Amino acid sequence: FNKTLKLLMLNQWLTVRCVLIPRLKSPGVKRRFRIYSSALLVLQWLTNKDYKGGERFLVKMAAPLTLLVILSVTIRAVLYRSSLAEVISERVEVVSPLTAWKRVVEGLALLDLGVSPYSGDVFHETPLIIYLFHFVVDYAEITFMLADVITAVALYMAVMDYNKQVFRKQKYALEADRYPLDCLELIRSPKEMYYIPLKVAMFYLLNPFTILSCVAKSTCGLNNAVIALFILTTIKGNVLLSAIFLSLATYQSIYPLTLCAPALLYLMQRQFIPVNFRRVSFWWFIAQYAFMYLGSLFVIVGLSFFLLGSWDYVPSVYGFILSVPDLTPNIGLFWYFFAEMFEHFRLFFLCVFQINVFFYTIPLSIKLKEHPVFLIFMQLAVISIFKSYPTVGDIALYMAFLPVWSHLHRFLRNIFLVSCVLLACSALFPVLWHLWIYAGSANSNFYYAITLLFNVAQILLVSDYFYAFLRREHHLSYGLYLKRKDGSEATLVLK
Amino acid sequence: MGLLSDPNRRRALISLLTRLNSPICVVCYMAGVAWFMGLAFEPFTLRTYMSENAMGSTMVEERFPAGERALTTGREFSAHKKKAGGMPVDWLVKTMQARGLEVFTQRFSRKLPFPDENKERYMVKGTNVYGILRAPRAPRTEALVLSAPCTPGDSNNQAVGLLLGLAQYFRNQIYWAKDIIFLVNEHDLIGMQACITFSPDSCRGGSIQAALSLELSSDVITSMDLVLEGLNGQLPNLDLANLFYAFCQKIGVLCTIQGKLQRNDWDSVSGYSHSVQTMMLMVMKQASGRPWGDHGLFLRYHIEAASIKGINSFRQYKTDVTTIGRLLEGMYRKLNNLLERLHQSYFFYLMPSLSHFVSIGYYMPAFGLLAVILLLRALDLWVQLATPPPRTEDGITDKEQVSSPGVLSVLTPLVISHLTGVALYTLPIQFQEMAVEQFPVSETEAVVLTAIGVYTAGLALPHNTHRLLSGEGTEQGWRVLKLVAVLYLAVLLGCTALINFSLGFILALTLVPVAAFVTPHVPKVLSAFILVILSPACTLLFSVFFFQELQELPVSFQEGWLLYLSVISQGILDHFLYGSLVYPLIALLVYPCWLLFWNILFWK
Repeated sequence: FNKTLKLLMLNQWLTVRCVLIPRLKSPGVKRRFRIYSSALLVLQWLTNKDYKGGERFLVKMAAPLTLLVILSVTIRAVLYRSSLAEVISERVEVVSPLTAWKRVVEGLALLDLGVSPYSGDVFHETPLIIYLFHFVVDYAEITFMLADVITAVALYMAVMDYNKQVFRKQKYALEADRYPLDCLELIRSPKEMYYIPLKVAMFYLLNPFTILSCVAKSTCGLNNAVIALFILTTIKGNVLLSAIFLSLATYQSIYPLTLCAPALLYLMQRQFIPVNFRRVSFWWFIAQYAFMYLGSLFVIVGLSFFLLGSWDYVPSVYGFILSVPDLTPNIGLFWYFFAEMFEHFRLFFLCVFQINVFFYTIPLSIKLKEHPVFLIFMQLAVISIFKSYPTVGDIALYMAFLPVWSHLHRFLRNIFLVSCVLLACSALFPVLWHLWIYAGSANSNFYYAITLLFNVAQILLVSDYFYAFLRREHHLSYGLYLKRKDGSEATLVLK
Repeated sequence: MGLLSDPNRRRALISLLTRLNSPICVVCYMAGVAWFMGLAFEPFTLRTYMSENAMGSTMVEERFPAGERALTTGREFSAHKKKAGGMPVDWLVKTMQARGLEVFTQRFSRKLPFPDENKERYMVKGTNVYGILRAPRAPRTEALVLSAPCTPGDSNNQAVGLLLGLAQYFRNQIYWAKDIIFLVNEHDLIGMQACITFSPDSCRGGSIQAALSLELSSDVITSMDLVLEGLNGQLPNLDLANLFYAFCQKIGVLCTIQGKLQRNDWDSVSGYSHSVQTMMLMVMKQASGRPWGDHGLFLRYHIEAASIKGINSFRQYKTDVTTIGRLLEGMYRKLNNLLERLHQSYFFYLMPSLSHFVSIGYYMPAFGLLAVILLLRALDLWVQLATPPPRTEDGITDKEQVSSPGVLSVLTPLVISHLTGVALYTLPIQFQEMAVEQFPVSETEAVVLTAIGVYTAGLALPHNTHRLLSGEGTEQGWRVLKLVAVLYLAVLLGCTALINFSLGFILALTLVPVAAFVTPHVPKVLSAFILVILSPACTLLFSVFFFQELQELPVSFQEGWLLYLSVISQGILDHFLYGSLVYPLIALLVYPCWLLFWNILFWK
């Protein structure tokens, strides 16, 4: 029954969009249309509500997702067995000194010998990771594949939930007559939103960057899984779990700390707590969240201490992330700059470079106060661009969110240029590496030039999405076809 | 950034680029070719100069006296070679030890994937003999290599004689700061590769800084030829060529590159065409990706190396072995002065003559002009795809047309053409035995003919299967496929040109027009013919004829075809023996990419 209802509904929706809208010229029709569309949306909402039953979800949506998971696991398993795996695990773009599997193995060996794994400046993972692999080292491949699958499924469920909310919000706005009339083509239909969660999972699981990262057994995959679980629990509105996963992510690599801003905004929005500095409820909620976050962080840190019996890991993990002593080339911005710089400027520029990750949180949070999930996307992108040891696995995480913003495509301006540059750069990384390291005919400047270009393209991509998002919001409140005062067509410029 | 954010200016620029797309593309192509041809024009090139400080300013005196004795040693070597029926290992070891070198021998054996008909070998067994002259006053951390190949027959005896003569003379000098390794290698590159990969510390000397390979087959010569092109089109640092040129000038030896003497009349037509020929020869050799001398494999290990060949032609003016010995002595003394690896000068260059060169900054624009055509085409396609189709009067858009073409319709041709590429890469070697059993051909012929067979079969395969799988293709479908193919080609050619400019440029020259003009709406038969003519295999065939023409050894079609077959087998062998990348590049990437365009032409 539900399927037929849904088909019927889609059909009606199309009729509304294609046939009714052009006839909207007369006011009578306008009113009728509004009533009609809100009725339609209520219907939609009711059926959507029906999906909340877990069984329906399993029956309806799980089939393509399972197929996708099986396909991606097969690809990874085949690659693990091929000779490519070794080549990939040596690539500097895929593994960083923090996440390299070779270093984890070294750490495990040291642990088995009864030596602190952090002696010798090779191992820079957190104690929990090394204890995790202490037990599952024989099943490392399965662990990494599982991490990818968990990330994908978590993102899938999170995005599905988020889309439902977006739709509900849109419905209320439509009912409250808040959208200008000419914005009807900006309104999102359930048809185009239906496949977005699946696309998100696909973008993550089939992204070559994720596959490379997984095949290289970069522990970045595990960090991504933790962040994805954090996003899922946040979107589901579970404050405690959200705080716990955020503290886990912070524990893994410090930078996800900035995600607490969107998490707070989202949870407050969900609990109808106004973001107002003079309200007690606002501060009370922040205090609650901070307590949970710090408490779990304290527990994790304490646990790590008791596992190893020393604080060795703090300088070796967090000191390593923050002070960037390892200048192995990677796709980030740090290595070349700090290799070239005079030693006495180092501290100053370290601060300047590191502050980049945290700095954008405040303006972005203010601007995107109403849209915390988009803020999460922006923050993830900023982290993966400006962190000290980025790998392609980090990029894959925020790229998985691109399908969620597929409705912004009409406002994107540089997407062609940016995707061309990203594509070309990804191909040029190994080529220039070969010319520099093996052939000896190029040098580090060539490689860094591509790194720079790659990051500029990423920044352009993110700012393009940012602009498109803001522009759509602007249109939704002021109408799609803006006129200047003199009646000519106006254009929006991001300043 | 104004261009990126100001919508009006962007719109103007994009409309200009889409409106004038075809004329701009034609102009770019012409300009690219013209730029490339201009590279050989002397006023546009730079004179070579020595960049390395340690080799430039210091004076050395050449005193090598023992040319005659070297020739005698060479004759002795020849006699022992004949007696032993191959490398006279014992004699060489004894002779080198008598000259005070630390002598090592190294046996190697290698089975080729299929018999090499050019050099008539299949199971290769041989021995390398090398003697190390220890630097008297230095730690054993750095070394130079002088090698001479031991070839069957009467050639290269003088080279070994001179090598031994130089070893004896060098032994008595006290100024060596680097070990010098005198290497006599058997089975040319196979022996060389065994020697380089044998011990991690590179032939038990220090790390090798530079290497020269000497080929000399006559007692007197008229000129010395310098060979630079190594594996995958890699070139040694330009300073090595400068060094050779400088000493040839100083000692008064005629020197050539690509076997072409330098001419002074650059302003005449014949002078210009002479330098074009020289440059084109270098481009062809570099594009082939194979090592053109025994030095070719050193380059892969970050060692600057070149081959020097003595040429004896009918000219009056002759140079004797003593002079060549002095030339080498001078070069080694300068190399001995090096404080660090050669790195000051260019690694990417083309040489229209030995005294002039074109650096990467000058030749890349020629490629860039060709590559920009692909980007313009891609932009054009993108704009066509992005602008919505015109609305009908009542505002109902045709939903079918708007909906983006299925992923399948793009993915299927991509996957199929790449599978064909994989078949082209693996089948020839896999099926040689079966082919030999079934057909009256030799193994080598079997490999080459299978390759050609798979290549031709690929033309029939993709456009038929894709229709079966994904049904009718749409207008949007081929546009998306072409956009993907054009971007793919652009990235592919760009990467190729960075590693091996010549190969990238030649491929761009033929593939870019294909990529630019192919649509399903052009006349089928004519376009299919043009497409085949410009396909990678035909490019190779034309290159073979062109190369012979450049060398002034024109061949008839029959001979050319045989040469073509042997070039293919050599390419495959080079890949499996030394790791040359040209064959896998063509089979796994370029050919599938070309198939995509073939697919677009037959889009239904």
